[in-house]
Amino acid sequence: MDWGALHTILGGVNKHSTSIGKIWLTVLFIFRIMILVVAAERVWGDEQQDFVCNTLQPGCRNVCYDHFFPISHIRLWALQLIFVSTPALLVAMHVAYRRHEKKRQFRKGDQKCEYKDIEEIRRQRFRIEGSLWWTYTSSIFFRLVFEAVFMYAFYFMYDGFRMPRLMKCSAWPCPNTVDCFVSRPTEKTVFTIFMIAVSSICILLNVAELCYLLTKFFLRRSKKAGNPKHQPNHENKEETKQNEMNELISDSCQNTVIGFSS
Amino acid sequence: MSWGFLRDLLSGVNKYSTGIGRIWVAVVFIFRLLVYIAAAENIWKYERDEFECNIKQPGCENVCFDHFFPVSHIRLWALQLIMVSTPSLLVVFHVAYRENGEKHHNQKLYISPGKIDGGLLCTHLISLILKTGFEIVFLVLFYKLYNGFKVPRLVKCDIRPCPNTVDCYISKPTEKMIFLYFLVATSCLCIVLNLSELIYLIFKYSIKCYLKRYNKKCQ
Repeated sequence: MDWGALHTILGGVNKHSTSIGKIWLTVLFIFRIMILVVAAERVWGDEQQDFVCNTLQPGCRNVCYDHFFPISHIRLWALQLIFVSTPALLVAMHVAYRRHEKKRQFRKGDQKCEYKDIEEIRRQRFRIEGSLWWTYTSSIFFRLVFEAVFMYAFYFMYDGFRMPRLMKCSAWPCPNTVDCFVSRPTEKTVFTIFMIAVSSICILLNVAELCYLLTKFFLRRSKKAGNPKHQPNHENKEETKQNEMNELISDSCQNTVIGFSS
Repeated sequence: MSWGFLRDLLSGVNKYSTGIGRIWVAVVFIFRLLVYIAAAENIWKYERDEFECNIKQPGCENVCFDHFFPVSHIRLWALQLIMVSTPSLLVVFHVAYRENGEKHHNQKLYISPGKIDGGLLCTHLISLILKTGFEIVFLVLFYKLYNGFKVPRLVKCDIRPCPNTVDCYISKPTEKMIFLYFLVATSCLCIVLNLSELIYLIFKYSIKCYLKRYNKKCQ
């Protein structure tokens, strides 16, 4: 059980996402989760052991470490990634619910149902419209909120994104103001800035996707209002082609990710 | 054998669950199991090495650590995850038993072995009651063992062979406290989900029963 399990859960959502959504998912897995697992965890691995204070007073180091790092960077990122990935589950659940309804219709032998067999229902890709549009848009909104909240929490807790080399500590039982030294401060600063940059890119992607969905929604509404008879077939064919291309691109990216993580 | 085994077991359970049951499985996977493995385990990894007492007396640190942490938070957390996931297996076993029965007699005994009615409904209800019971038991155990969910920075210890009252310092108390509160919050969420599913199942099948009886009376 590891991040690979999250990848399996979210992989199913990929099929029903927009192109920007697929790019977001790829950025999330390659530039955030993989970097966290492969690199960042090693950098923060020996955190407290190598946090050294200029005193022999037992307990001073523990207390100072706890004072300056109420929650470690690496744990905060892990929580951020979990919370940011979770809204996509709402979409997965909604799609599963729709599939379940279609399967029920098919089993009842409903004549409205246009599928030949259950496999076709399982493989079908739903368009983002109607109630699925609302679920999808809410999931992007929640993602944005979680990203912003965590970035702010980071900035607030650590007074910016730099990791200082030296911290002065005077918490009891330290006898007076004591110098404490953080291990690998430059490497930690580099990774912190990297993760913040990728977080910002993800926020931009989410905002772009939100704008795209809203634009599409209003355009569709105005088309319906202006032209009651529109031709869905032509739109469908173009969109299906684009979606197939996007799926091929994202599948090949994800195969690379699976290769790395296994 | 690792947590992947539990994950595979729970995926099997997912097939025969109600909608609320599936939300429960998702919450357990993502907010409890994944958080445990990706974050919590590492916080408690060196808890014994980083537990420091203000004394050089050999054996004092060992004795004090053992006194304040009879069972470590992280081990209780792992036990809780295992015990809380296990009652769902009752449902899987019952469905397998039904399927076996159909194979044995070579005829269709049920509309669908996974459909929640009759005996399988009772199994579902029992598994929900057991799950909720285990959650509450572990929360009470946590509360009683550690006097609440706070982790203090400093504990005072005067057990032999410590010569007098000695200050002992716990490592990363704030981080541990944050994750303990997270554990309690997700536990409470799971209790709420289990109770909702219980009420939903009882309500749904009482209505079904009542309608059946009403239809029979009309005929």
